[in-house]
Amino acid sequence: MSSVTKVLAGNKESGRGSLVGYYPAGYPTLKDSVESLVSMAENGCDVLEVGVPYSDPVMDGLIIQEATEQARAAGFVLDDLFEVIRQVRARVETPILVMSYWNPVQKYGLEKFATGLVDSGAQGMITPDLVPDEAADWIETSERLDLDRVFLVAPSSSDARVSKNSDVSRGFVYSVSTMGITGERATLDALAKDLTGRVKAFSKTPTCVGVGISTAEQVREVNSYSDGAIVGTAFIAAYRNEGLTGLTKKCRELASGLG
Amino acid sequence: MNSKLSAQQGPYFGDFGGRFVPEPLIAALDQLEQTYMEARGDSEFQSQLALLHKNYTGRPSIITEAKKFAAHFGDLRVFLKREDLNHTGSHKINNVMGQALLAKKMGKKRIIAETGAGQHGVASATAAAYFGLECVVYMGQVDTERQALNVARMKLLGAEVVPVTTGSKTLKDAINEALRDWVANVESTHYLLGTVAGPHPFPTMVRDFHSIIGNEAKQQMLEITGSLPDAVAACVGGGSNAIGIFHAFLDEADVALWGFEAAGDGVNTPRHAATLSKGTPGVLHGARSYMLQDDNGQTMESHSISAGLDYPGVGPEHSWLKDLGRANYMGITDAEAMDSMKLLSQLEGIIPAIETAHALAGVKYLSETLRPGSTVLINLSGRGDKDMETAAHYFGLLDKK
Ligand SMILES: Cc1ncc(COP(=O)(O)O)c(C=O)c1O
Repeated sequence: MSSVTKVLAGNKESGRGSLVGYYPAGYPTLKDSVESLVSMAENGCDVLEVGVPYSDPVMDGLIIQEATEQARAAGFVLDDLFEVIRQVRARVETPILVMSYWNPVQKYGLEKFATGLVDSGAQGMITPDLVPDEAADWIETSERLDLDRVFLVAPSSSDARVSKNSDVSRGFVYSVSTMGITGERATLDALAKDLTGRVKAFSKTPTCVGVGISTAEQVREVNSYSDGAIVGTAFIAAYRNEGLTGLTKKCRELASGLG
Repeated sequence: MNSKLSAQQGPYFGDFGGRFVPEPLIAALDQLEQTYMEARGDSEFQSQLALLHKNYTGRPSIITEAKKFAAHFGDLRVFLKREDLNHTGSHKINNVMGQALLAKKMGKKRIIAETGAGQHGVASATAAAYFGLECVVYMGQVDTERQALNVARMKLLGAEVVPVTTGSKTLKDAINEALRDWVANVESTHYLLGTVAGPHPFPTMVRDFHSIIGNEAKQQMLEITGSLPDAVAACVGGGSNAIGIFHAFLDEADVALWGFEAAGDGVNTPRHAATLSKGTPGVLHGARSYMLQDDNGQTMESHSISAGLDYPGVGPEHSWLKDLGRANYMGITDAEAMDSMKLLSQLEGIIPAIETAHALAGVKYLSETLRPGSTVLINLSGRGDKDMETAAHYFGLLDKK
């Protein structure tokens, strides 16, 4: 079984719930991003999502755009991604998923990229702009290399797509809470609960909810009807404002929303 | 299976095309595809669109023979398909009227568009005014400056123009912002994409709406010269005006097809937008196609004096035609384009858009490969009014204040 699924299931069973934390590799430097990810793992994140800085991140709001832009400007290359993962893996056992838009993966070479994930100690990949319809190669490769593959479902997805995207995902399926890009939202959309309800009705794959989550209350709420809350922008904003101390504080604060 | 090249439809053109978009957009693309496929076979929709083109766009557009311009290059005849005479000044309106009708059909109250040169933005703002739709146009900040006149036109037409300050601040980033808007507002909003790029069904649908250019021109050439042209040429940014004039000739094996892309400072310098000549296959803005990218799959910034060609991607059908060898693509430098802009202005009294001037500059190369006496049909995709600021600066036409 996927180690991500195992962690999510265990936390669900114990009544704790899960917090999945996103942070981009190379932000603001490679070394800093390692420290940030380790701190996130040590302060309440149950799964780490390592973002790949990319020139055209259409799912992302300004905060993530600016962070990944800064990483790119500092010279981030894909080989660095695997080095960051290797260093984080040397210090914590928390499962790691890479979050990458598709073009960097296909340009690097899917086989080489996937092998890089395995060798550096990552458990799989989330693909925000790769839908299962276009993912035959990735499905085959991840199956063969025993890697998780996380696809998205959205409030606009038909029942047939919710069912298919969930079933073909491994680790969990990513429920997009609202129709929109990443960024903090004051209130969580009622759409999120409805969507996870549909995932549960059609599939056995666990689901975590992401986009717009930034408070402990929201983390609690989301965990009441799903298998985990995914937080990105709020962590990056905290780092931007107060560095590693701010990030650590934010992790503890949001993890306090868990049972 | 129909083996005609012109019968090819998305999602895939060989290895290219598809839908590489976030899941939240899939439902909107499905709705658009379904609405479009119905409209395509619906004679009422087609006659509505034809009537709009007749009474509003000003179609059919005429063909002008450019005799002095042709003589400058030697023994050949050059014919210009005058899309510059369409309402709003370019070919862009052909696609915009079609998609605006579809937006109405889908009950969408708001359209959004990206624009580089501003021509697609102006056409979209125009259609929004005509159909009573709300309109937001995303435009890179660099482009709002070099195409300031078109920004004023869009605003006068009642559209909101949002300058995009992220990334390269040009067309590529305007498309990113439009996609982000669309993800958040897809219920109420149609994304009126302005070229043959993007996820399925855009490349097929936008091509179909522009194929009227080549369909008209084919008949017109037969009437004027009694035969098909030896070569058909157009500039290529995303590729819409080029595919629009190519499409009717795809299965005419004797007609050479030439696309001229922006080579900026030169294809062998780092500053160009020659996607098909210099790019590699990748995924950008929802489709697999040739693109300018580095070894890490990061999109590279393009450079061109022409805002409308300053784009590191290209429509998937062009990538397919290139790999098949059916169409040829070549880069034209800023300097060559500007020379041609001046040449056509002074020899024929027609000021072309700088985008279009890239196709005109291609005649020099065509004259070297075609037999003497050949005929060349060029898509005169737009007029140059919007470019007066750039041209005045480039040629030093204005007195210093
Ligand atoms: C007059 C004109 N021609 C050509 C283009 C390039 O677009 P495409 O390659 O889609 O025809 C533009 C784009 O702004 C334009 O305004």
